[in-house]
Parts: sequence; structure tokens; C-alpha cells
Amino acid sequence: MKPHRRKRLGIILFIATALSFAVGLTLYALSQNIDLFYTPTQIAAGEVAVGQRIRVGGMVREGSYVAASDSLRVEFDATDFVNNVPIHYEGILPDLFREGQGVVVEGALDANGLFQASRVLAKHDENYMSPEVKAALEASGASPQNHSAMPEQ
Amino acid sequence: MIPELGQFSLILALCLSVILGSLPLIGASRDNTLWMNLARPLSAGVFVFLGLCVLILAYAFVTDDFSVKFVAEHSNTLLPTRYKLTAVWGGHEGSFLLWTFMLSGWMLAVAIFSKSMPLDFVARVLGVLGILCVGYTLFMLATSNPFDRIVPLPPADGADLNSALQDFGFIIHPPTLYMGYVGFSVVFAFAIAALLSGRLDAAWARWSRPWANVAWAVLTLGIALGSWWAYYELGWGGWWAWDPVENPPLITWLFGTALIHSLAATEKRGVFKSWTVLLAILAFSGSLLGTFITRSGLLTSVHAFASDPTRGVFILGILGIAIGGSLLLFALRAPLMKSDVGFSLVSREVFLLANNVLLVVAAASVFLGTMFPMVYQAITDDLISIGPPYFNAIFVPIMSLLVILLGAGPLSRWKRTSMGFLTAQLGKVAVASIVIGVVLPLIVVLRFSLSATIAMAIAAWITLAILRDFANKVANKPDLRSGAAALSWSYYGMQLAHFGVVVLLLGVAFTSKFSTEKSVLLTEGESIDVGHYDFRFNGTERISGPNYVGDEASFTVTRGGKPVSELHPQRRVYLASGTPSTEMAIDAGFLRDLFITLGEEKESNAWSMTIYIKPFVRWVWLGAILMALGGTLAAGDKRYRRLQVRSESKSRRQIETGLQAAS
Repeated sequence: MKPHRRKRLGIILFIATALSFAVGLTLYALSQNIDLFYTPTQIAAGEVAVGQRIRVGGMVREGSYVAASDSLRVEFDATDFVNNVPIHYEGILPDLFREGQGVVVEGALDANGLFQASRVLAKHDENYMSPEVKAALEASGASPQNHSAMPEQ
Repeated sequence: MIPELGQFSLILALCLSVILGSLPLIGASRDNTLWMNLARPLSAGVFVFLGLCVLILAYAFVTDDFSVKFVAEHSNTLLPTRYKLTAVWGGHEGSFLLWTFMLSGWMLAVAIFSKSMPLDFVARVLGVLGILCVGYTLFMLATSNPFDRIVPLPPADGADLNSALQDFGFIIHPPTLYMGYVGFSVVFAFAIAALLSGRLDAAWARWSRPWANVAWAVLTLGIALGSWWAYYELGWGGWWAWDPVENPPLITWLFGTALIHSLAATEKRGVFKSWTVLLAILAFSGSLLGTFITRSGLLTSVHAFASDPTRGVFILGILGIAIGGSLLLFALRAPLMKSDVGFSLVSREVFLLANNVLLVVAAASVFLGTMFPMVYQAITDDLISIGPPYFNAIFVPIMSLLVILLGAGPLSRWKRTSMGFLTAQLGKVAVASIVIGVVLPLIVVLRFSLSATIAMAIAAWITLAILRDFANKVANKPDLRSGAAALSWSYYGMQLAHFGVVVLLLGVAFTSKFSTEKSVLLTEGESIDVGHYDFRFNGTERISGPNYVGDEASFTVTRGGKPVSELHPQRRVYLASGTPSTEMAIDAGFLRDLFITLGEEKESNAWSMTIYIKPFVRWVWLGAILMALGGTLAAGDKRYRRLQVRSESKSRRQIETGLQAAS
């Protein structure tokens, strides 16, 4: 083989090895880190296994928010206006968390059917509804438009 | 009446861009000097009229003209004047106007600082930028006009600017980021002009390099500012979240970093020509993708603007035309640009190639992680999200490899380096850096941590290699001062940027490893220990600002009985919109930040709060600043400023032969 061919082959092999290494790593990392999204109705139907890391989206049900007075524990229901998921969270809620507003929660169901949240997301733009929340409401037949007439606080 | 002038001025900018996007390009291909000469004045014209648009919009904000829809949605009579001005980019329409204005600013800069380039090349570069400008202004006029009116009944007061945006960080972060982003359009235009003219040589690389370096430096700064702003304003205690809106600038930055390194090889050795052009196209595509993701509302993110499908479709159109068109042109023209300079398997070229492969792979995996949820949803209809663990799993190994090679790359020679030379140069460096890596963290934190050791060792490795290289460079000079003076700006720029990587690396590693946070509930007079610091809660008092009311807590921080600082986190409610907002209190330090976010008051009069100790977090941004300074320094090198006019006649001949080869 001519030297410049050999060099070119070397470079191509190097790139191919690096790429396959990267692709392998990427696919492995992807398969480990996908958080599937579920709606409250899907959870009520028992589609989620206990302990599986998921995201839940919906509205915070009016009147469901309870905060412990001696710890950082809070409880509220995420609802798609058909079913509710009781959510437990220990920590400080985001600024825009409010009853009647959209919320996306990351975490897992425990053996008692309570959702133990590790992270609560509320959006910074109030006109903006996250695709997850919108999808949850659409799936339950309660389109966000029907609820946009809710009284402003 | 005044906003209509803005509208009119926007239309004029569009008309001028249309001419700029056509006549100079045609002139360049037909060798019509008159038409080519139009490029510079037209660019100036576009700049003036877009500047007028920005001024008029700012005027509408300052005068509280709520009949303008954009002003009504993003301002309020109570808003302080400086935030009224920055509210110009506080929403989709205005920020896009700023984006386009930045593009015209770069166009003006190219028009002014291009005296050394041949006229046809300048005409092509400005023509391509003109076409982009047509796309952007058309997009504004069609789907997101900042001068739209609310008729017939304008509201009495505006809806207020999002409270997270009423902040100093927001004044500077978006303009800087946009400037860096849009800067890559210039590099893209250089690449397209090279493809159109068939001229892709060392001279082309020399013209492009300073622009690429400056755009890269500004983008680095813009990303760092965004990270800093998110850190102290959003209050989740982190400096990077792998948010779908943070990722596109990073993708652009990774491609841009690959590009400036590949350009070095193209300039010095005439290799990787078509690859360099491809990288310029990719970096630009990354910036367009960022616009698309932010503004289409397709991904869940803290930054997302309220979505509007027509905008998404329009941007997708621009994206398709720009990327598809340039890739097609690349496919047609690139095979003509063979580089036939050889280099051996151990050489600086190969190190730069490795740098490029790693950076592109990193960019591709960030891209995959960002876009995967969207693709997954389109195929399966299920919604998913990809969290930080994915990105960390990919990014950390790739970047570790990259920074290890970074030590050796600058010491290697072009074309051929013997392994023996590298070993002789770096053997001691390697041993010393391992020793430092093991010993130094042990002395400082008194416990062994593998990740801190690795980070410290790599940091020592790069730093010592930089010093070694510097010692080599001045070794043959009579004394240190004359040796140091003989080295070029671009050399210092490179080493400064590489040292910035060291600082960034240490910041990232130590802050991820040694940060502590604690969420607690405290009543007045209570105190708590977090990581050797004692935080005493002295209670809260009511406060009121120009457009908000709230509570301010007061803390006394001591360490071993000695006072460290007083911290005053706030919790505000903005009057116009009723949105609550937390204002962090930060005691910033070179070695550590103390950081408190205030939660809410419970029935028992206790307040919830999170206390963070973040060692070395400032180093993350300090590293980025050093990198940006390095890039700027390199762009200011003498060789980009001289000897160019002389080469003009020569380059004309080369173009002619190039065109013959192409046809």
C-alpha cells in the first residue's frame, strides 16, 4: 500500500472507531435516561409500574395544595380534569407554582400509589403551556381552552 | 404615527436587503464592478434602517405607547426605564428584531473592515448575508411584526415584563448571545462565497479566521453570561441544566470551536478545506436551529416563547432553504477543492483532526439528545424527556479525551512530529501532573476524591504543557523579554484560551463534586450549619420596590465564630402581573459562593429556604472569559491586518484559474 493511502486508511479507521465508540456510548446513555411522560388518566389506569422514573403533567387541582407546617413537605393533586394523581414533594416549589396552573412533575410512584416527586417544574411564561400539559388535557378531552376562562387570581 | 415609521423602516430594510441579496452576487459572477460596488453602501443602508426600527421600538417602550401590541404585552407604566429599554428584547418579536439588527451590524463591520479583500469576494459575502437578511425581515413582517397595533381600543396599561427578565443579566445576556450567534452567519457567508467563487485557499482561511475567532469569542461570552444569569436569577443553584434552549448555543459553540481549529490547519497547511467549509455551514445551522427551537415552542423549556405554529413553519422554511441550499452547493463544489498536502500520523494536523472529530461527535450527541424527544413524539406519539444524566454520560468522557489531547497538540509540529520528541517534551510534564493531581486535592480538602484528582491532573497537564511550549519558544532568544515579545498575538491568544479551558475544567469539576445544598425550615433566631458555615436567620421585613412588594430575610453567616457576610434574599410579588419571584442572595467569592434562596412562610412563622455552598463556581465563568479574551487576542494578530492589498492582483488571477477549473 502506498504511504499516503495507508495514512488515509489510518485516519478513516481512527474516525470510524471514534464514531462507533460515540454512537455506542450515545445509545447506551439514551436507553438509560429516557423519562416517559404520562397523563393522570394513564396513571389511574395502572399503566405505570411502581418505581419507574416518569414525568407527569397536568393542572394543579384547585384546593388540593397542602403544606406541612413543620417541614418542607407539600402535597397536591395533578389533574387532567378526569383523574387526579396525588403528588408528594419535599422541597421548595418554583415561583410560578399555583393552584389551577399547569405543572410538570418528575419522579416515581411508590407502593402506596403516591407519586413521590423529585422535581417540580412550572413555566416562566404564563401564556405558555408546556406540550406535556397540553397533551394531557387534550387526551382527557378537557382542552385547555375550556379552562382558560378560569378566574384570575 | 411613530410606530408606523418603524414599520416603514422595516419594509425599507427588506427592500434594500433584496437588492443586496441579488445585484452584488450577479455582479460578482458577471464581473460587473458597478453592481459589486453596491454591496457596501447597501449594507450600511440596511444597518441604518434596522437601527431606526430598534430605536423606534425603544421609543414606544419609553413613552408607554400601549397601542403597540408588543409594548402592551411586555411593559408597564411602573417598569423602571432601564427595563423598559431592555424590554425591547423581552419577547419574541423584539428579540428577533434585535437579532436581525445584529446581523446588519456584522454586515456593516464586514463592509468596513474588508478593504484588504478582493471586491468580488466582499460582494459575495455581503450578498449572502443580504439573502439571510431578506429571510429574517420577511419573517418579521409576515409573522411577528413588533410594530403591530392594538386597534381600536388600546389597553390603559401594559401586562408587564416577565419578572425573571427584570435584571441586569438580562440587559447583557441576549445581545451578547445573539451577537455571537449571528457572527457565525458571517463565517457561513465567507464559506458560501468561497464555494461560489471556487476559491478556497490559505488566503480565504486568513480572511475568515479573525471573523470566526471574534464570533466564537462573543458566543463564548454570551453562553457564559446566560449561565451566570440562570445561576443567580432562576435560583436552581446550577450553572448548566442541559435545557433544550441552552443546548443549541452549545452545539453552535462546539461546531464553532471545531471550525476555528480546522481553519488554523487550512490557513497554515492548506488541508481540511472542504471540511472547514462544512463546519462553517454546520455552525450556522446550529444557530438557526436554536432560533427554531426557542421560537417554535416545540420543546419544553424555561425559555420557550408562547408558541405560534406559523412561526415554526416559517423558520423551518428558512432552515430548510439555508441549510439544504448550502449543503447542495457544498456537494456540487466541494469535490473541486482537493487538498493534496501530506502529513504523517503524528503531527499537529492529526491532533487538530482528533480535536475536530471529538467536538463534532460531542455536538452531534447533544443535538441527538435535544431533538430525540421531538422525533420520538412524531414517531410513537409518546412524550418523553431526556435528562441531564444522558448529557453528562456522553459529554464527560468526550471532553476528558479532548482536554488530554489539548496538552500535547500545541507542542506538536506541523506535517510531522516524532513520537520521541513528544515523549521527551512531555514525559516530565506527565509525571509532574499526576503527582500534582494526587497531592494537591489531598492537601486542600484532606480527603481523596477520584474525580478531583483526575481534573487536577488534567489541569496541571495542560498548564505545564503550555509553560513547556512557551519555554521552547523563548529558548533561542537572548532573554525572556525579547523572546516573549517576538511571539505573535495569535500564539498568546491560543495559549490564553487553552488556559481558560483549564480554569473552566477546574470550576466544573470542583463545583460539581464539592457543592452542598440543604433545604430547611427556619424560624427567627434559629441557625443552621452547612459545610463549615453557620447561617443565622434574623427574621424578615416587608419591602416595596418601584413595581413590586415583598419580604426580605436577613442572615448572618459566620465561620468558626468569625463573621463572613450578611445575606438578604428576597421574595417579591410583581404588582402588574401578580407573579411571585425569588431574588437570591449570593456572597460571591473567588473560591466559593454562598447562596440562599427564600421559599415561603409557613403557618408556624417558619420560612422555607435552600442554602447552597458552591466551591469554585466562579471559575466556570472566569474560564469562559479567558477563552473569549484569547479568541479576541488571536483575531487581532498583525498578520490579518497587513500585506493584503498587495495580494489583491495575485488573488484575481487565482480566481480566474479557479473558475476555469470549476466550469
